[in-house]
Order: sequence, then structure tokens, then C-alpha cells
Amino acid sequence: MTATLPAPRAARYDDLMQIHSPEFQERARHALDDPGLQKALGRAKEGFQVKRAAAVAGLPEFEALRDTAADIKNHTLANLDFYLETFAANVEAAGGRVHWCSTADEARAAVLKICQDAGARTVTKGKSMISEELAVNEHLEKHGITPVETDLGEYILQIRDEGPSHIIAPAFHLNREDWEETFRRVHTDLAPDRVFAERRDIMAEARIKLRQKFLAADVGITGANFLIAETGSSVIVTNEGNGDLTQTLPRVHIALASIEKMVPTLEDATSLLRVLARSATGQDFSVYTTFSTGVRRPGDLDGPEEYHVVLLDGGRSNMLGTEFQDMLRCIRCAACMNHCPVYGAVGGHSYGWVYPGPMGSVLTPTLIGVDRAGHLPNASTFCGRCESVCPVKIPLPKLMRHWREREFDQHLSPQGVRSGLGIWGWFAQRPGLYRSATGAANLALRLWGRGQGVFRSLPFAGGWTAGRDLPVPQPGGTFMAQYARRKRRG
Amino acid sequence: MSRQAILDSIRRGLRRGPLPADQRAMLEGRLAAHPRQLIPARSRVPRPEQIALFLRNLEKEFATFERLADAAAVPGAVAAYLARHNLPSRFAIAPMLADLPWADRPMLTPEARRAHPDDLVCLTHGFAGIAETGTLMLPSDPARPTTLNLLPDTAMVLLRASDIVGAYEEAWDRLRAAGPQGVWMPRNVMLVTGPSRSADIEQTLELGAHGPRRLHVLLVDDE
Ligand code: SF4
Repeated sequence: MTATLPAPRAARYDDLMQIHSPEFQERARHALDDPGLQKALGRAKEGFQVKRAAAVAGLPEFEALRDTAADIKNHTLANLDFYLETFAANVEAAGGRVHWCSTADEARAAVLKICQDAGARTVTKGKSMISEELAVNEHLEKHGITPVETDLGEYILQIRDEGPSHIIAPAFHLNREDWEETFRRVHTDLAPDRVFAERRDIMAEARIKLRQKFLAADVGITGANFLIAETGSSVIVTNEGNGDLTQTLPRVHIALASIEKMVPTLEDATSLLRVLARSATGQDFSVYTTFSTGVRRPGDLDGPEEYHVVLLDGGRSNMLGTEFQDMLRCIRCAACMNHCPVYGAVGGHSYGWVYPGPMGSVLTPTLIGVDRAGHLPNASTFCGRCESVCPVKIPLPKLMRHWREREFDQHLSPQGVRSGLGIWGWFAQRPGLYRSATGAANLALRLWGRGQGVFRSLPFAGGWTAGRDLPVPQPGGTFMAQYARRKRRG
Repeated sequence: MSRQAILDSIRRGLRRGPLPADQRAMLEGRLAAHPRQLIPARSRVPRPEQIALFLRNLEKEFATFERLADAAAVPGAVAAYLARHNLPSRFAIAPMLADLPWADRPMLTPEARRAHPDDLVCLTHGFAGIAETGTLMLPSDPARPTTLNLLPDTAMVLLRASDIVGAYEEAWDRLRAAGPQGVWMPRNVMLVTGPSRSADIEQTLELGAHGPRRLHVLLVDDE
């Protein structure tokens, strides 16, 4: 067994690139044996599931609104070219600029150029998964610009040099002790023996530290939950208010958004907002839902003088017209991971890249390639809870199955693997059988591995193992076997 | 350039070329009409209940409020609130509120300006209150700067009861009607539901993350 694996940074960036998705099984095994992580993951039920259920119960129209939300997204995707062009025209009419970027490289370059043109030395950042996807921080640092994450969870991850483990609660994997230890280690200007009597003392310390950063920043970078064609607005949804300070105080605001964030009108955005917070945190509405449109107007006393939307395709347009088009409806609420037994057992870092849980298992192979994320669609018990809570009704289990089929077609052509995984898929749909059957398959793989740590070449998977090592299943058994044992123990 | 590449790739995926004129016209019509989707029934109640729903939701989200008979009572209510919470008498107000009878309370020093980072208290004007979730609509305007909503520790908002609506859609319609045709959308529109908070530490809610720790609504009963 290896020592502790580094928590993955979210980079997909030449020499900084760290994609750990192929290590899923190994990471999962470590995660199951990490008591701190298991304690943190134990909060999913009270922290997310119970709250969502209460919010949903409080809104009789919730189920009907899921259909509305899916319809709005489907309509937008079917006319995405029209809405993007309308959006861009309206951004420009309001004095902003849209930077169309086909690839992650283009988007990183666009962000850097805007910052350099602004003469920026420090940049504050609101939470943005696109920023994680692009590894914006690493790119800015490499060019001498200091990015400062301002979302409380992102802030501690930045100083710990870790990636997020959850798309709306990035520090979900940490416990209070971790926060205290990290702040003591990094905020060395404060008394080392200060007492954190309450969680709010930890938060207050971050608030003071970050206030100074907000005021010093030359550029503020936020994500966008939605883009609105009708008005040319970008929308952010937060509880802390950090995103608003980020986009209001600096002279330049950059909104990072991928093309599928588009919706036609304010009414459409409103319908999606009604299901977003309820699905995510179980709030009826988040504290700050803010619509930004262009630059400071004549007479305004505050607000940015420059407004840029960096609009990323990054492989998404290729999903249109395929069985994965449905995934573009995703509004990043995280309900699927909050209700996923696999995520709940192994945590977000096991997935090895930016997007964990069921939505990550579907999205990651499209964005970074099935060759590098091919394990992920297998990280499912196919229990169907993700689909049943998804506010835009994405058929996540079906899409994970599609990936597995594609994986055979593209990379695993030798007959042995095809039939092996085909059988796996058959069992996967029959959870009772699946548990014991995968135990048997695991044993078979171990025998083939002849006790070595890693398969260099499998008798049946030449093409697949050529470029990389396939971890040998360890004697501890499959993920599901360990999971079951842990359950019995706990 | 990438704009064309992205549009081409989208059209390839959708298996069509640029939309024909009649379909574009249809979509433009949808934008102009901005049809309402399903609106939950909870806010479609008689007027007094709608206001009560707004106030109930404010409290559910950890905001506080008091009801005032008219706008002339605002300076007195502010003075009492500041005294009650041991807050300074010098504070920032939205320029829009500069003509309230502040002179009635000579001990107060309201300053009509944007907020500064060290402001402990600000008072701004709520454009609308949304009963559905106890949400305030705070659009930017030269006389209503955004920083007033964000920087102080205690944010106070003056709202007229007649500006309380049921659903978000009704507030959008009022905003559309308030601005000049074509450019009615303000630079910044905040929908604020309660004071700032975070659950990033152990999924446990704490108030006052980066924005105001306290949100206090002064509701003027003008109906
Ligand atoms: S797939 Fe559905 S449930 Fe998961 S994050 Fe996206 S919208 Fe939410």
C-alpha cells in the first residue's frame, strides 16, 4: 500500500496537470480507511439530505417545477447558438465584452490577458467550478499574479493546496480541527495561543483576513450560475456575499461561464432558481442571488468599470446531438452527490478531478477523455437516487451506462474485456448479485496480476494498458465489499 | 475566430445550419414576451396575508423587521435601533433617502454616499419585497449604490409595504416598468434573503460570513 495520496489539485494544465481519475479505486480504498474523512462524510445526511427533503416538502409544486426546469434547459440547448449570440449582443450593448473560447487554453489566455491589461497584481475570486476546470489560479501564479480565493471553503483549500471535494461545499472533507490547525499554521501574525471557542471564531478570522484582500484587488473573477440572453446578465448565487464583493469592489470584473449556463429570460432563470437552492442546500432561496449587467453606469458610485464574460465551450458543444446532451442541463446543485452512496463513502477527492459524484462520473469523461476518466462511470451502485433528486431530471445512471458502452467500443476492443465488463454491467443492474459477483471478478484480476502491484499488461487488454498502469485490486476486496464491511463495523 | 468555431460546433451537434428567419422571429418573440412559467401558489393570497408571508419568511431567514406608520418615523426608528445595538450614530445612507426628516434627530449623522469598508451600519432602499421567500430586491442606481448592501456589519433596508409583491416575476415586471425602455436592466440587481452566512465549516450554519451579519427591515405601512 502506498502512503497517503496527495489531495488532487484541480489542474488540467500542461506540466501542472494533475488528473487523478485513473486512480479511483486506490483513492477510494484510502478514503474508506480515513477516519477524519469518514467523520466529515457522515454529515451528508443531516447537512444536505434532510434539509433538501424539508424544502421540497414545503413546496407542493416542486415536482412540476422539475419538469419546467428541464423544459427550459432543453429549449435553450436546442437554440443555443441563437441565445449565445443574443446574450453577447446584450453584454456589448451594456458596455461589456464577451470572450468566446473553444478550449481551456484559450480561456486561460483570455483571463490572463485581461488581468495583465489591467496591470493586476492581486485578483480576488468567487467560487467557480470553471476556474477549477481551467486551473486559473495556477496559470495566474505562473505569470506573477496572485489569486485569492474568497469563498470560505475555497480559501482554506487554497492555503492547504487542495482541490475542492464537492461542487458547492468545497471543504466538505475537512473537520473543525483541520480549520483550526490550518489557520494557526498560516495566519502567523495572530497570537498562536488564540482560542477558537466556536466555529464562528474561525469564520470571523477569515472575514478579517479577506476584507483586506477584497480592497487590494485589481480584478475580481467570479463564476456564473446562469447567463441571461434577454438582458446580457451573468448571475451568481452565494450565501456568504464574497462573490458580490469580488464583482463589485475591483475595477475589473471577469465572469467565467461555460456555454450551457445560458437561459433565455429572467423568468426562465427564476424558475431554475426555485429548484436550485432547494436541491442544493435545502434553502428556499440562497442569501445573495445577483444579476450583473455590463459596466458602471453614468452617475453610479460603485461597480466595475470593465465587465468581461469569458465564455468557455471546452468540449460541451460536442455533447449536443449525442446521448450526453441531457448532461448539459446540469445546474450544478450537487444533489446527486449529496444523495450518492458511493460519494458518501469515498468523498470527492477519490474521483480525482474537478467534478465528483454522479454528475462528475458522466461529465469528466467528456471533458478530459474516457481514456483518463474511464473508471468513473463504474463508480456507481445504480441505485438511481441521483436521478430521482436531480432538479433538471438528468438520467444519470443511463448516461453512466452509455459511457461504459463507449469505453468498450473505443478502447477496450479485445473480446475478453468486452465480455468481462459486459457481465459486470449485467450484474450492476442487479445489486444483490452484483456485490458478490464483483468480489469474484476482483479475485480473478488479482490472480492474473500474479501478486504484482500493478498490471503492466493484461492478457486481454493490451490496448488499454499500453499507456498506463492498471492498479491491481488489493486483497481488501472491492470497493463494495469494503463498504459493506465498514457498514457492519460502524 | 472562436466565436464562429463554437457556433459551428453547436450547429453541427444540433444537425442544422443557422436558424431560419421565421424561427429566429419566434425566439425573439419569446424573449420580448418573456413568458412566466409555473408560479407556486403560496404567494397568491389576499393582500394582508401576502405581507404577513413576507415578514414570516424574513424572520425564517434570520432577518428582523419593524413596522412604521409613515416615512417620517424612519429617523426615530433608526436612532432607537442604533442605540439598542450600541452602534455608532454616523452611518451611510442611500442618496435616495437623503430627504427623509433626518433633522428631527440631530444626534444622527447620516451620510449620503457609497459604503466604506469600515462602515458598521448602512441604510438603503428596497425596490421590492418578494413574499414567496422573504427576499428583498435591491437594484443599483446612482442614488442606491450596491456597496451599501454588502460592506456594513448591519444592513438596514427601508421598504414600503406597497412594494411587497407575491412572486419574483411580479418584481421583475415592476423593474422593467421602472427603467427606460431597452436599458431598464440596472447594472446590478441583488436578490437578498436574510443576512450573510456560511455552512462551509462542518456544514453548520453561521451568520455574518463576508456580508452583513444583521439585516433589519424598516417596513413603512403605506397601504
Ligand atoms: S446532475 Fe442534476 S443533481 Fe447533479 S449537480 Fe447537476 S443538476 Fe444537480
